[in-house]
Amino acid sequence: MDASTETVAGGETGGGTWKFPANKPLRLESGATLSPLEVAYKTYGRLNEAKTNAVLICHALTGDQHAGSVNPVTGRPGWWDSVIGPGLPLDPERYFIIATNVVGGCMGSTGPASTNPKTGQPYGLAFPVITIADMVRAQAMLIEALGIDTLFAVVGGSMGGMQVLQWAADYPQKLFSAVCVAAAPRHSAQNIAFHEVGRQAIMADPDWRGGAYESQGVRPEKGLAVARMAAHITYLSEPALQRKFGRELQRDGLSWGFDADFQVESYLRHQGTSFVDRFDANSYLYITRALDYFDLAAQHGGVLAQAFQTARAVRFCVLSFSSDWLYPTAESRDIVRALNAAGCRASFAEIETDKGHDAFFLDEPQLDATLRGFFASTAQARGL
Amino acid sequence: MSARREDFAEILRLVRPGARVLDVGCEDGELLELLTREKQVDGQGLEISPAGVAACLAKGLAVVQGDGDRDLDHFPTRAFDYAILSKTLQQMREPRHVLSELLRIADQAIVSVPNFGHWRMRVSLMARGRMPETRALPDPWWSTPNIHLCTLRDFTDLCRELDLRVDACAALSGGKSARPIQPDGLLENWRSETALFLLSRRPEARPEATPQNLFGEVELPKPDAPAPVRRRRTKA
Repeated sequence: MDASTETVAGGETGGGTWKFPANKPLRLESGATLSPLEVAYKTYGRLNEAKTNAVLICHALTGDQHAGSVNPVTGRPGWWDSVIGPGLPLDPERYFIIATNVVGGCMGSTGPASTNPKTGQPYGLAFPVITIADMVRAQAMLIEALGIDTLFAVVGGSMGGMQVLQWAADYPQKLFSAVCVAAAPRHSAQNIAFHEVGRQAIMADPDWRGGAYESQGVRPEKGLAVARMAAHITYLSEPALQRKFGRELQRDGLSWGFDADFQVESYLRHQGTSFVDRFDANSYLYITRALDYFDLAAQHGGVLAQAFQTARAVRFCVLSFSSDWLYPTAESRDIVRALNAAGCRASFAEIETDKGHDAFFLDEPQLDATLRGFFASTAQARGL
Repeated sequence: MSARREDFAEILRLVRPGARVLDVGCEDGELLELLTREKQVDGQGLEISPAGVAACLAKGLAVVQGDGDRDLDHFPTRAFDYAILSKTLQQMREPRHVLSELLRIADQAIVSVPNFGHWRMRVSLMARGRMPETRALPDPWWSTPNIHLCTLRDFTDLCRELDLRVDACAALSGGKSARPIQPDGLLENWRSETALFLLSRRPEARPEATPQNLFGEVELPKPDAPAPVRRRRTKA
């Protein structure tokens, strides 16, 4: 098999980039194919002999495979280091944890910044439009390549939660359990609207160059930063923003101009500028599009429960946050009702927090307790 | 953990091993855990309070945070063998709808209701002229969650109206062991503090099967489903 893996020093951490041969292209929902396909991934812990302890982590819009260890690009801790790690709900001592970078991403998996084999140049807008189902199919290919038949759990928040639902719909026989945090079964008009603002900001940047900025040696940093600023507001709740910043000023007195007078402005600007250092603008366009196209019910005759008809053996845990207005609790309830209607074994809890959508990254005691309880009992049922 | 509630022992006795059980208003999952351990049931809880849901999840129970008044509608028909509603029917906004839903979702419902016809209630109301506050219903009228109280007789009337069959009934009073009763018995509406019913939907063609022996034990064999074995207990 044409594969390259590397094992990082430290024993329990591994990963690399899986390069699928040309005869194993990714067949996309749009009808197009993507080849060659590369999937970047990280692993934590060891696969047990029976291969029953594998957990797949699915990341959110701007996440990556560095879920449980320091991100080499930013130097910051893994994005889910509150959940993955020794003594945490997903302990590498017990589980073999796999985190991938989604197809269309910019952290090593094939995406719009990858080289188009037809031109020898970065794909840019020649990259095919991808969907959540395509991301999941690429993950399934990796899981199979790693010799894993059944995942103990597939876990994800936000867009990761949508991948979890897609996994349950497309590969129920490969799942023992599924954990979907702060997600929705479809993108609402408001979700699409916010994404459109972000995309328009990127495309309005003169340095975007019709998507061909990479080969022209520029980057649409301003547009991407604005996209991130707009999106970031949707990840926080109004009370959290108010508590954190209120009307506090950066300096004494107003500037009587358009500098970042307010702390919240300065914070958002920082979010924007630090984001462009680690993310590709075209990836942002493609991944937001994949989210907008996501409608699990529509793939199943308009009936969400139909999506889960074959997933009755999967143990589901659906979690939402009370102050999340991006994917509000009502959306998670729709998922749970569909699971109930399909006769699936499902747990659901709404976690009380005022931290908004981003609460799933944060140290939330109730999230921690819930995940611990669910994984502990599910592991027992799996004989782990 | 709270003291085992008096109706739990009786519910535990009624439920068939390995059955699929929905516990509506499962609180911290004590009953479901008991049923899982003792009867190996495939259990699912429905609970409104976040603390209750968290406690259930920590016990490894499948639980959905939701409202018995609203969320039963979303469960498929005959998804469970038993739907349990322990002492909360009188707290529902629409008890009639809830009862009907329980017996759509499950083949049998186990429902316990405090009897407002109990002599303590009657005496309290007669003597004091005030809303009774008893050990079964301890809250003052202005803070009670019990908004739809009924007597035993009211409850059996509703069962008849909904075409439900009483497969078993037991009276529970203050920690004593359950006493099998004939719910339409004249005295039972005076002396039963709480009644626990095992109900099923009456098949259309079935002839009148309401127990006739007024003071005897309910003897209703179920031809189409393995009935829980009921044995006369020695009086405590």
